[in-house]
Amino acid sequence: MSGHVADLEPIVGPGDNGLGDIMEVSMGPHHPSTHGVFRMDVRLEGERVVRLKPVFGYLHRNHEKIAENGAYLSAIPYTDRLDYLCSMTNNWGYVLAVEKLAGIQVPERAEYIRVIVSELTRFQNHAGLVGFLLQDMGASGTPLMYAFREREKILDLFESLSGARMMCNYMRFGGLRVDASAAWLEEVRQVIAGLPRFIDEYEKLLRGNEILMARTQGVGVLPRELAINAGVTGPMLRASGVNYDVRKVDKYGIYDRFHFRVPLGEHGDVYDRYMMRVLEMRESLTILEQALRDIPAGPIIDPKTRLRGLRPKAGEAYGRIESPKGELGFFLISDGSTNPYRYRVRPPSMINLTILEDMCLGENIADTVIILGSVDIVLGEVDR
Amino acid sequence: MTLPPIEDIQAQIVAGVPGSRVTVLPNGSPSAQHSLLLDHEHARAVAEFLRNDPNLRLDYCSLVTGVDWPDTETTEKVKVKKLVAGPDGSEQEQEVEETRKTKVPGYLEAVYHLFSMEKKHGPVVLRMRTANRTDGTHLPSLTAVWRSAEFQEREAFDLYGIIFDGHPDLRRILMWDGFVDHPMRKDYVPPADDILVTGVNP
Repeated sequence: MSGHVADLEPIVGPGDNGLGDIMEVSMGPHHPSTHGVFRMDVRLEGERVVRLKPVFGYLHRNHEKIAENGAYLSAIPYTDRLDYLCSMTNNWGYVLAVEKLAGIQVPERAEYIRVIVSELTRFQNHAGLVGFLLQDMGASGTPLMYAFREREKILDLFESLSGARMMCNYMRFGGLRVDASAAWLEEVRQVIAGLPRFIDEYEKLLRGNEILMARTQGVGVLPRELAINAGVTGPMLRASGVNYDVRKVDKYGIYDRFHFRVPLGEHGDVYDRYMMRVLEMRESLTILEQALRDIPAGPIIDPKTRLRGLRPKAGEAYGRIESPKGELGFFLISDGSTNPYRYRVRPPSMINLTILEDMCLGENIADTVIILGSVDIVLGEVDR
Repeated sequence: MTLPPIEDIQAQIVAGVPGSRVTVLPNGSPSAQHSLLLDHEHARAVAEFLRNDPNLRLDYCSLVTGVDWPDTETTEKVKVKKLVAGPDGSEQEQEVEETRKTKVPGYLEAVYHLFSMEKKHGPVVLRMRTANRTDGTHLPSLTAVWRSAEFQEREAFDLYGIIFDGHPDLRRILMWDGFVDHPMRKDYVPPADDILVTGVNP
């Protein structure tokens, strides 16, 4: 949370560069555009950004220490609270790392249900993001409420499956906590049948909108080489034209069984990042259709799997998944006891912030808001 | 694309960066992600080699983190011959059991997980170890090679106290400015006033 104004070098006085005063603005921590408690120390020359330092840590609770002080099982509910919009994918990232560490196998039906809930999570995350992004651009209300209307249906599905709308605590190493009933799967089919219409409506409303294009095209450009070097992942990386999706690269779970495409951008600007989310929603729907068609009957967890008192033998493992925000990884070191010796989260939205300053330099102060919005951060994950 | 075995990567590094000392640290878990321990002097050169080598092209540093390994004490029982006063007063040589304690100094460790976006392979795990946990906690920064290490090295500095030499902006990142300790260390004890009790007047 370091980085108060006093730390920085003194501000150049007026007249030094012939352009007028340089002004320091502290955006946040409580600002509607910062999506939580997040602050940007911005230095402005007129309206142009000449320096920007992200400041965070307001929600820091030492998540990693909490997990190291508990058993392997007890960390799962805490992972829900990392990226609190996407608890299902957080669960999967963690249980995948534990499965790698301890060499646990997952039954086929559980893998299918994991894919179904994760793609639903991706859909509702991206729907929420495009809604918030347009809200940031001044399209007050309507796009966000349209997105939330659809998100609500998915949260209802999560509630009837796991008992909670957002803090699902649904996955276990080796499988799942409860099985999905046939009625639930039928409900999912019905919900996703209505979702393409939502995307069509959304695109019809906004895709060619002049304000949207003027505000986003050519704004906040992230060059391809910088994106790779700075470890940017997820839709943001692909908007810069890099074909890297962990679902395709690692083929974790059963992702090699589905046919889906990876959308790629050309310019790496805010518009491309927006479009990546819209296109990924469509691809998620094709994955969902295939998964719902092929899901087999069978167990969801091997009853012999030790959940309580799991003691993986000494060693370490890094497991990663493609979360809606990027590469979510968990690094675990076991010393042979019941608690992880080292538990580390690779938070995609924090690492995607590394190049926030690079994207904002030279842009208008009003554009920093939508550039930040296009990064897609959740402070529960950034601060941990 | 699959990576060559870790021993081959080690041999390639030693051939590519003359003078570098690289040790393979095997990993006992089923994940079989073995790691390479680098020396401080050549770490930066090794990192650049791994990033630029046309076959490896580890252009993407995914995860950077610290690990704390505190000082440990090993006790062993040794049988020693000693002169002991016998019952009649004269000294006799006798075998006596003695416990010897040896202190193994702890260290802090920085771990880097590398992947390749171009070749789509990975991970290659790099490690560096500090001299101790108190006054020798310096390690070379690899931010100049992979920008993604910038915030994560700051975090390892903040939570573990590893000082990354050559980092462009080494400040605390999650804890606040006035904070003094490093809370992710194994021996960290939160201050007594850390717990707020409600409903009780001080």
